[in-house]
Amino acid sequence: MTAKSHQHTDAPLLEVKNLETAFSIDGTYYNAVDNVSFRVKPRQIVGIVGESGCGKSVMSLSVMKLLPKGIGQIRNGEIIFDGVHLENMTDSEINKIRGKDIAMIFQEPMTSLNPVFSIGFQLQEVLFNHMKISKKEARLKSIALLKSVGISRPEKIVDEYPHQLSGGMRQRVMIAIAIACQPKLLIADEPTTALDVTVQAQILELLKEIQEVNDMSVILITHDLGVVAEMCDEVIVMYAGKIAERTDVDSLFHNPKHPYTQLLMGAIPKMDEEVEKLSTIKGIVPSLKNMPKTGCKFAARCPKALPECQTVTPQLAENEEGHEVACLLYETSQPKQEVNA
Amino acid sequence: MSTEHNNTAVLKKNKSSNDVLLEVKNLKTYYPIKGGILRKTVAVVKAVDDVSFEIKKGETLGLVGESGCGKSTTGRTILRLLEPTDGQIIFDGQDITNVRGTSLRKIRQDFQMVFQDPYASLNPMMMVGHLVSEPIRNYNSKSEKDLKPKVMDLLAKVGLPEDAYYKYPHEFSGGQRQRIGIARALALRPKLIIADEPVSALDVSVQSQVLNLLKELQDEFDLTFLFIAHDLSVVKHMSDRIGVMYLGGLVEVAEKDSLYAEPLHPYTQALISAIPEPDPRKKKERIILEGDVPSPIDPPKGCTFHPRCAHAMPECQSVKPQLKEVKPGHRVACHLYK
Repeated sequence: MTAKSHQHTDAPLLEVKNLETAFSIDGTYYNAVDNVSFRVKPRQIVGIVGESGCGKSVMSLSVMKLLPKGIGQIRNGEIIFDGVHLENMTDSEINKIRGKDIAMIFQEPMTSLNPVFSIGFQLQEVLFNHMKISKKEARLKSIALLKSVGISRPEKIVDEYPHQLSGGMRQRVMIAIAIACQPKLLIADEPTTALDVTVQAQILELLKEIQEVNDMSVILITHDLGVVAEMCDEVIVMYAGKIAERTDVDSLFHNPKHPYTQLLMGAIPKMDEEVEKLSTIKGIVPSLKNMPKTGCKFAARCPKALPECQTVTPQLAENEEGHEVACLLYETSQPKQEVNA
Repeated sequence: MSTEHNNTAVLKKNKSSNDVLLEVKNLKTYYPIKGGILRKTVAVVKAVDDVSFEIKKGETLGLVGESGCGKSTTGRTILRLLEPTDGQIIFDGQDITNVRGTSLRKIRQDFQMVFQDPYASLNPMMMVGHLVSEPIRNYNSKSEKDLKPKVMDLLAKVGLPEDAYYKYPHEFSGGQRQRIGIARALALRPKLIIADEPVSALDVSVQSQVLNLLKELQDEFDLTFLFIAHDLSVVKHMSDRIGVMYLGGLVEVAEKDSLYAEPLHPYTQALISAIPEPDPRKKKERIILEGDVPSPIDPPKGCTFHPRCAHAMPECQSVKPQLKEVKPGHRVACHLYK
């Protein structure tokens, strides 16, 4: 807890190294996040995309140390936030960081607010936890916060309850709570999935604005490639608990390298293109218990799979500058120590 | 079976003919809100308020709109799962608005529904074989022996393995369950299928499988679709024509290309501009709407969209615009177009 924020321009704000998070099913642990490493620089918006079950939410819960106790656990790896290791912190230690320096917003604005407390109470709870502040100041600050997330009549809304607000308003309140202590990192897990498209546009606009004003880094978890294209600087594509590809947003959309990313791009209907058939990926994401033990986890569904994909695990490595991919079609992903089969 | 196939092959060529299969005229569906000790009706939710459109044979009409706009209620009212408050539903030349009892049961063979939630819409206690054959058993007293090959054929058509017959819904993934739901809808060889958000619970890669399947089946069985969804790019991919709904009313109907190239209603314009484009190089002008959709219990007077509309004029507050054809095949309900 001694390391203070040291603002080297390029030092990462968050560094995750070889993270393995496992869930216990019938007493056996299965890796939901399997050897994942990435960095988030200050003021960067990093998108994490993938289908359900790819481990994107588990990864964010690992960083927040919010894994369900007794079921999920970090088995290996390091999580370094602003120079401090989080992976072995106790609850009371992490509580000083969580909600203050790292904040999170969730998918369901309907269920992530407590229905029996007023909006103001829930906002002030965060403020009292992390700041020395009087009741009066806290109330004024929460009104200001509500105003900053674009809620009209904040002095009225502050005394209202979640059920009195629409989905979009609730998500604004969630964002207000998350940014209450001006966090350095905001983790947004599918923040607009439950919202209508015009409301989604409002919320995305707001998130971008707040990110710029507060100089935050954002990890944006989503399954919507449109949202990624609009919001992110860098994108991580996950499949079955592993990173398949990591690059800047432009090359992801215009030069996707991993077959999974390529197929995913072809599977979404586009507004300005007319195709008779969408590309599909045969089969489904294997469940945790049925995950292939060796080789590339996408091999069984991959149209370009080579024989060695069944046995050799591809390494995530830089293929072009700033563009990492884990696929044996690329020389760079061949494992270094092992002798090629 | 074989003659049926020959027929569909002939029909395949002219995908949408000029015959109207379904016509909806001034349809209204209101939900009463009961209150007080006597459970008197204290207010009504105007879920569908004066909606008119028609679907031609072999055509797909898409209905889009945000939650609460009445698109699902429209679909359910057409199937007579909900009682219309007013208006007319004409299916295949027959007015079915007030049909009851056995005649309603008979007509229901011709239209089927595919539901949004593949987890909740299948009975977990029933074997897939029984789930798929249930509609046939409801209408024809065929012996189980005759049914099985029919069901096997249906399962193959929707891309499920043969052994699926003896399995239960929980053994399947979301996409496969949606295939079961589709097989069930197809079992009676209906003329019209109403698909209510059939892919919104599915992942992108699975979504594309189901969308492709629906298109293939439409060609093979000469189906007419009413395709209800909130995702505009999915609706565009699937539909020939698209209707946009807002707060219980249809605000614009047009051929899909015309609608996307030149949306006329300010709401349609905002809706289309709000879709995040999966291409970071495209930076488009975005129209951000203020506020939320108002409550359908007490909708704004005049044009229901006027409180959020950037082009609102004085008359929008008092006069409700009617759906008018402003270009061939392109109808819009807005005072901007005279």
